[in-house]
Amino acid sequence: MIRSPNLLYRLHIDAPLLGAVLVTAALGLVVLYSAADQSIDKVMQQGLRILLGLTCMVAIAQVPPRRLARWAPALYVLGTFMLVLVLFIGHGRGATRWLDFGVVRFQPSEIMKLAVPLTVAGFMADKVLPPTLKTTALALAVVGVPAFLIIDQPDLGTAILVSASGLFVLFFSGVSWRFIRNAVLAGIVALPGFWFTMHDYQQQRVRTLFDPSQDPLGTGYHIIQASIAVGSGGISGKGWLNGTQSHLEFIPERATDFIFAVYCEEFGFLGVLILLVAYSLVLVRGMRIALEAQEMFGRLTAASLTMTLFIYIFVNMGMVSGALPVVGVPLPMVSYGGTSFVTILTSFGILMSIHTHRKFIAET
Amino acid sequence: MSRRGLKRLPALKDANRERRLFANRVLVAGVGMVVLIGLVLARLVFLQVVNHDHYTTLSHENRLKILPLPPPRGLIYSRDGTLLAENRPSFALTAVPENVPDMEAALHELRGMLNLSDDELEQFRKQLRYSRRFEGVTLKGDLTPEELATFAINRFRLPGFAVEAGLARHYPQGEAFAHVVGYVGRISETDLQTIDQSNYAATTHTGKMGVEKSREQVLHGRVGYQKVEVNAQGRILRVVERTPPTPGSDIYLTLDAGLQAEAIAALGNYRGAVVVTDPNTGEILAFVSKPSYDPNAFVNGISRALYRDLSTSPDRPLFNRALQGQYPPGSTVKPLVALAGLQYNVRSADKTTWCPGWYSLPNDSHQYRDWLKTGHGPTNMKFSIAHSCDVYYYTLAHELGIRRLHEMLARFGLGSITGVDIPGEAAGLLPSPEWKKRARKQPWYPGETLIVGIGQGYMLSTPLQLAYATGIVATRGEALIPHFLGQIENPVTEETISPDIYRRPRVELANPRYWDEVIAGMDEVVNGATGTAHKTSLGAPVRFAGKTGTAQVYGIAQGEKAKTTGVPEHLQDHALFIAFAPVDAPQIAISVVVEHGGGGSKTAAPIARRLIDHYFKGAAVSTASFAPHAEHEAPPAPVPADSPAPAAAESAPTPTEEPDPHD
Repeated sequence: MIRSPNLLYRLHIDAPLLGAVLVTAALGLVVLYSAADQSIDKVMQQGLRILLGLTCMVAIAQVPPRRLARWAPALYVLGTFMLVLVLFIGHGRGATRWLDFGVVRFQPSEIMKLAVPLTVAGFMADKVLPPTLKTTALALAVVGVPAFLIIDQPDLGTAILVSASGLFVLFFSGVSWRFIRNAVLAGIVALPGFWFTMHDYQQQRVRTLFDPSQDPLGTGYHIIQASIAVGSGGISGKGWLNGTQSHLEFIPERATDFIFAVYCEEFGFLGVLILLVAYSLVLVRGMRIALEAQEMFGRLTAASLTMTLFIYIFVNMGMVSGALPVVGVPLPMVSYGGTSFVTILTSFGILMSIHTHRKFIAET
Repeated sequence: MSRRGLKRLPALKDANRERRLFANRVLVAGVGMVVLIGLVLARLVFLQVVNHDHYTTLSHENRLKILPLPPPRGLIYSRDGTLLAENRPSFALTAVPENVPDMEAALHELRGMLNLSDDELEQFRKQLRYSRRFEGVTLKGDLTPEELATFAINRFRLPGFAVEAGLARHYPQGEAFAHVVGYVGRISETDLQTIDQSNYAATTHTGKMGVEKSREQVLHGRVGYQKVEVNAQGRILRVVERTPPTPGSDIYLTLDAGLQAEAIAALGNYRGAVVVTDPNTGEILAFVSKPSYDPNAFVNGISRALYRDLSTSPDRPLFNRALQGQYPPGSTVKPLVALAGLQYNVRSADKTTWCPGWYSLPNDSHQYRDWLKTGHGPTNMKFSIAHSCDVYYYTLAHELGIRRLHEMLARFGLGSITGVDIPGEAAGLLPSPEWKKRARKQPWYPGETLIVGIGQGYMLSTPLQLAYATGIVATRGEALIPHFLGQIENPVTEETISPDIYRRPRVELANPRYWDEVIAGMDEVVNGATGTAHKTSLGAPVRFAGKTGTAQVYGIAQGEKAKTTGVPEHLQDHALFIAFAPVDAPQIAISVVVEHGGGGSKTAAPIARRLIDHYFKGAAVSTASFAPHAEHEAPPAPVPADSPAPAAAESAPTPTEEPDPHD
C-alpha cells in the first residue's frame, strides 16, 4: 500500500519511466550533435521538441484512463476523417501526409498511432476475453481502415506502426493461437498479391535489400554505407565525433532515420549495449505498468503501446544494420525530428496516467 | 499492494482468468522481444565483431565517393524543327566559406555589385550554416553577362568566390508555345515523393506544366555518376571512374511553328483560343491561347511580384483557354444536332420547317426567339445550318428529346476530355437530366432541351473539344485522339520512335449519306451566297466548310476595357468558328474562340480563313487575286445562291504540300 505518494506521483508522473526516457533522450542528443555536423542549432531545436513532448506527456498523464477510453473513439473518427481529407486536400501530389491548417502543418497519421490502440483497447476491455471471432473481426476492421488509408499516402513505415499498435491489443486480449497461426498463414499466401499493390519505390527497397549493389546511388547505397559504418565501429567504436563514415557524408539521412549507423560507428557494440539497456528500462517499466494495471483497458493499452515502441526500435535497428528493408521508421527518442518524438512521449503520458490513477483502498 | 480494490466487472467476465491470460501473453511478448533483439544483436555482432576488420578496411578505403551526374534534358522541337526548349549554359556565383577571409565584407561588396536582394542574402546565410567549410555554396544563380563581367573585374578582391557553369532550361520562343510546352521548375518536396530519387540524384529541375510535365520520363534521361577519390577531410582528389549520364530524348511536337505564329497574329489583341488539328491523324498543328506568359520566368522560381501580376491580371495569361477554357459552343453545335435528327429518323434533310422568328413549346406561352427577328421562313436542313436558324433547332431538339440529343453529342466527345497528352484538360459540360438532378437537385425542364439544341444554357465545351468534334465530322466519323507528341529522337543514336496513334471507335451513322447532308450545310455556311460566313470564302486557296457560333456571355468577366461601339467589351458575346478544309479531302480541322469578339462570322471566321490561307499557301499564292489581310472586309462574292462555290476556290489546285518533315 502506497500511503504517501511522492510529489511526482501526485503529479501523475512515473519517476522510473521518466528517468529511463531522459537517459535515452540524452544519449540521443549526444549522438545528434555528432550526426548533425556539430550543429548546436539542431541540438537546441531537438531539445525544444523534447520539452514540447514532455509537456504533452505530463498533460495527458493528468487524464484518467477511463476518460481516455471514452475519448478514444471520437479521436479515432476524427483521425480517420482527417486521413480521408488528406487524400483529397492533402499537401503534395505524390505523397500526401500533411494537412495544412494555416498555422500548423499536421500529419493525421500521428494521431492514429495513439487513437488506434486506445480505441481497440476500449472496445476489447468491455468484451469477454478471449474475444469471440466476431469481436476479433470488428477490431481488425478498426485497425485496417486507417492502416490502408496510410499505406495509400504512401507511408509504409507509419502504416506498420499503426497496425502493429492495434494488432498488439488483439494479441494481449488473448486471441487464440489458432487464429493467429491462420492469420499468419493467410498473410503469407496473400504476400504475392500485396507485392503488386506496393508502390514502385517500395518494391525497389525490398529488391535492393537482397541485392544492394543494384542501386548504388539510392537505397542500396544507404544499406552498403550503413553496414560499413556499423561494421567499422567494432566493439568500442571510433569515438564521439570521429566517425569517418558519418562525417564524410557517406551516410544519408544520418541525423534522422539512419542515426543508429552514426551511433554504432562512434560508440561501437558496447555503446549499442548501453543504448539497449536504456531502451530495456523503458520497455520493462512499460510492461510492468501493464501488469499492474487494475482494469483491462489499462492493461491492453499499456502493453500495446510498449510493444509498439519495441517495434520502432526493432525495425529501425534492423533496417540500419541491413537485416530489414528500409521502411522509414525513426529510432525512437534519438532520431532528429519532432512529430514522432511528441507522439512517443504522449504515449508515455498515457502509460503514466494508467499507472498513477489506480485506486487504493484506504485503511479505514 | 492490494488487489481487493478491483472494480467489479460484468458477471460474465472472469476477471482472474482474464488477468492470467493477459499475464501469459505478456510473458510471450517478453520472450518475443528478447528473441528479436537477439537477432538484431546477432546481426550487429556479425558486422561489428566478426567482420569488423573487413568493414574497417572498407571504411579506410572508403575514400571513393560516388557523385551523381545530371543527364542533359531532351530538347523540344516543333514539327518543322524550330527549337522550343533548349538547355543553355548558365553561370552561378558560389563561395567556398573557408577561402573567404571576411564573409560579411565580401557580401557587402557583392550586394552592390550584383543587386542582391535581402531574400537572396538571407537564403545564402542560411545555407552557409548547414554546409561545410570547403564546399561551394551558391550565392546567385543564372548570372547575366553583365554580372559575370562585373564579377570578373572585381574577382581579385573576392577570394573564395568563383563562377560555376551548369545548364539551365530556356524557351527561345517565349510565350508563343508556353501553353503547350509548359515549363520546368525546381524539384519541390512533393515532387521528391513521386520521382525515382536515385535517377534524380543530380537533377535540380523537373517538368511542371505542359509537355515538359507529361513527357518528363522521355525528356529526363538516366543519371550518370563518377567515382571520385576524396581525402580524409572529404576533398576531391581525382576522378577514378566515370559512367556518363544518358541524355534525355529529344521530342518533336506535332505543332507547326509557322501556323502557330499565324494563329497568334490572327487573334490580334483579342483574348481567345485557336486549335488546328489534322483530323486524319489527331496531330495538333496549332494550339494557341491568348494572352500567354513567358515560361522562362518560372524556371528558376518566379518572383512573388511577377507571379502576383500574372495570376491576378484580368486577362488571366496563365489560364490555358484552348485546353481549359469552357465556353458555350453556341451554334457550332448545330451540325451535330442535325446529324442526330437524321440518325434517329426525326428529320429528313429536305423537310422544311417554317421559321416565324420564334418558337413556343406546346401549352407554353414562352417565346424562344430566333436571332433573326423577322424569321427565316421555310427552312430545310442545309439552309438551317447555312443561316444558323434557331427555330429549326428548337423544333428538332424538342422532337429529339434530351436523351437522344445527349447521346449523339456525347459520341462527338462533348462533355468528356479528349485525352490530349498534356495535363489539366477540362471536360466541358454536356447536360442531361441525370446531371441536373445530381448537380443542381432540380428536374429537367423541356425548355432546357431547346437551349441545348442551339448550344447554350448549361452546355460548355473547350476549343480543343470543338476541334476534335469538327475533325470527326470532317472525316465522316474518324475519331482520332488529339496529341502533341510527334516523334521521339534519341540524341545519341539518332534512332526515332513515332508514338502510336490512338483512335476511338468510328462514329457510325445509320446511313453514310447523312454526313454529306450536314457537310453540305457547313459548305453552304462559307460558300453559299448568303451563308453566315460567306464573306470568308472569297479568294480562299481551297474550298472549306465551317459553322459560325456566338456564345452569350453570362457572368460578367473581369476585363474592364470599354470598346468604342458603346457596348463594353466584357459584355460582348464570344465569337466561335469551326471549320475544316478542303471539304472533299479534309487535311485540317480548326476551332476558333474569340472572347467577347461579338459574332462568329465577324471576328472568328476570318481568323480561321487566315490559317487556311497559311496552311495551303502554295495554292493561295497561285491565285494572284488573293490579298492576305483584306479578305474579311471584302464584299460578298457575287455568285448566285444555287452556285456551289466562288470560282476562285473551285479553280484552286488541290494542295499537296506536306508540312511535316519527320513523317
